[in-house]
Amino acid sequence: MEEITGFLKLALITATPIALGAYAGILSERAGVVNIAIEGMMLTGALVAQLTAMYLYAPLQAAGIPAAEIASLCLGVIAGILAGALLGGLHSITSIRFKADQIISGTVINLLAWGMTGWIYQRWMTATAPTAPGTFPRIPIPGLRQIPVLGDLLFNHQPIVYTMLLLTGVIHYVLFYTPWGLHVRSVGEHPRAADTVGINVERVRYISTIVGGAIAGLAGVWLTLEQVGSFTLRMSAGRGFIALAAMIFGRWTPLGAFGTSLLFGLGTALQIRAASLASASAGLAMIPTQLYQAIPYLLTIIVLAGFGGKATPPAASGQPYEK
Amino acid sequence: MADVKQKPFITIGRQLITPLLAIATAMLITVPIIGFTLNWDWAKVAVTYGGLLDGALFKQYAFANTLVSAIPLMFTGLALALGFRTGVFNIGASGQFLMGATCAVFVGYAIPLPPLIHPLVALIAGAIGGGLWGAIPGFLKARFGSHEVINTIMLNYLAFFLQDWLVKNPMKDPSPTIVRTPEILATAIIPRFYDRLHWGLAIALMAAYGVGWLLSKTTFGFELRTVGSSPEAARYAGMKIGRLTVLSLTLSGALAGLGGAVQILGVDRAMPVLYSSDYGFDAIPVALLGQNQPIGVLLAAVLFGALRNGSDVMQLRSGGAVSKEVIFIVQAVILLFVAAPAIVRWIYRLKLPKSQLETAPLTRGWG
Repeated sequence: MEEITGFLKLALITATPIALGAYAGILSERAGVVNIAIEGMMLTGALVAQLTAMYLYAPLQAAGIPAAEIASLCLGVIAGILAGALLGGLHSITSIRFKADQIISGTVINLLAWGMTGWIYQRWMTATAPTAPGTFPRIPIPGLRQIPVLGDLLFNHQPIVYTMLLLTGVIHYVLFYTPWGLHVRSVGEHPRAADTVGINVERVRYISTIVGGAIAGLAGVWLTLEQVGSFTLRMSAGRGFIALAAMIFGRWTPLGAFGTSLLFGLGTALQIRAASLASASAGLAMIPTQLYQAIPYLLTIIVLAGFGGKATPPAASGQPYEK
Repeated sequence: MADVKQKPFITIGRQLITPLLAIATAMLITVPIIGFTLNWDWAKVAVTYGGLLDGALFKQYAFANTLVSAIPLMFTGLALALGFRTGVFNIGASGQFLMGATCAVFVGYAIPLPPLIHPLVALIAGAIGGGLWGAIPGFLKARFGSHEVINTIMLNYLAFFLQDWLVKNPMKDPSPTIVRTPEILATAIIPRFYDRLHWGLAIALMAAYGVGWLLSKTTFGFELRTVGSSPEAARYAGMKIGRLTVLSLTLSGALAGLGGAVQILGVDRAMPVLYSSDYGFDAIPVALLGQNQPIGVLLAAVLFGALRNGSDVMQLRSGGAVSKEVIFIVQAVILLFVAAPAIVRWIYRLKLPKSQLETAPLTRGWG
């Protein structure tokens, strides 16, 4: 039992960046802007968060601020989110204002992210970099933590995991039960009709894409400030693209995307536990580690093949709106 | 990207404005980036920036080496261009390049054959390897409607893991200390003719001619382009869309795989783990900058080969302070301007002809 909850918990944790990335995709695509730049936004969020936390840690300590570690980590989170939002802004300007091909615009942002993070990492985060504050501690929720099994599974996590769980509900509510959500969906399905009833199509698209970028940035923050504690080149490792698959399989709904992300989380957990599984049984040791590593990517392909074709994207997704 | 036949010289002149301004602006943008990195020490900035030019053009054999770096980009760029012209966005050139290289290196070291025939067989093996790796997302798109952008990216990772396993296990050279495959036999090598420059260049030129011929002079090419530009019309004309989609991704993959084979046989001669796979991503701006025309792709590949070599020397001259990854920023800016000519017009207050402002639908949504 202990083993199984540990495994599920790991799945939930590794599902976090994928689910957040998928929510980012949902927000912008529901408003009619295709976003394949989630990968780049994640990577940038990861770097900016780490950079900020790293360079603020020592000054905050020197200033005698209590819990300088947590303070610098929190500022890192804010910076990472802002960086993602900034790239979301860039994506919306090129695709809405300049009506560029949105897939190309996304590719531009991914290239830009590789270039920028490589440049900053090399210059400011290698040999001479200051000490980093590490990662966020786990924050057990008092009371709920004591529930047997579920307590440890759901209520004994680092903050971004909780945020992801909260956002699942919040985005679902906002998209389907508020006027703003109705605006977003109408702009993505039939912008002309939305325009006719007085909705500002461009404004809704800008806001939705920028908020999406911020969430993708947060997914990146998870990589550095919750998972690893340091930045490595291209550490997002395709999670932004896997998030897109989760979005499509989840039919552009937060709840569906959350479920799919959990599936990918299980695949990743299996990959992480591969070594200990292999030592437990000689038969499993025969399976090459590369096969375990390939699981999340294989899963994405299979899932898309099984269900992607039947999924219908928002009708106006990918099309610039001409008045 | 519009098919314009009349007044060729004026058209060419106008077509060149956007790419040239894009390149110039992108190069200018790197100046403050490098300046900021080096604390605005202009003497150092000049040395670093000079390194970019030296490495690309002026050092001894620099241009020959620029061409050497351009050759794989010519193949992957052609692969992407063929994809764009036929309506598929193949981000999987990296994986296809890798599979092509893997197949070619295997034929190169494991199957003894007479000279001339040996490299030919290895090249064909490479094209088949890359072609099959491209056919998978093509099949998935045609059969299940799953989008090739995601599947080709996933297949890049799968190619990486497969190659990693192969090189560490069945294809591992037992003798050397570094993990790599055995070196290819002398019979399989594509010879050099000037410094490191090898005859793969000629193969790339032939491939470019072949792509141009296929797309503009054959019925099959016409069908491929029709599916790309207006699938509804293609369906109405009774073309088999699914089959054509599979074929266009297969051909695109075969070109990238051929590039991998040429790189192994002409340059590397053995394959280590973590074999370079950036050629697939660089191919996206190469194809778009070349306006998806074979000659344009060749020229753009030379430019990016120059940037690649230049960035190595640039990183060295800056004492390691300026990462060579800065070059991705240059590529991003070039791509941005080419994809959205309206931005160039906005920055330079240019009046471009209407045909240039309408960005061609290079890719389609998730449909």
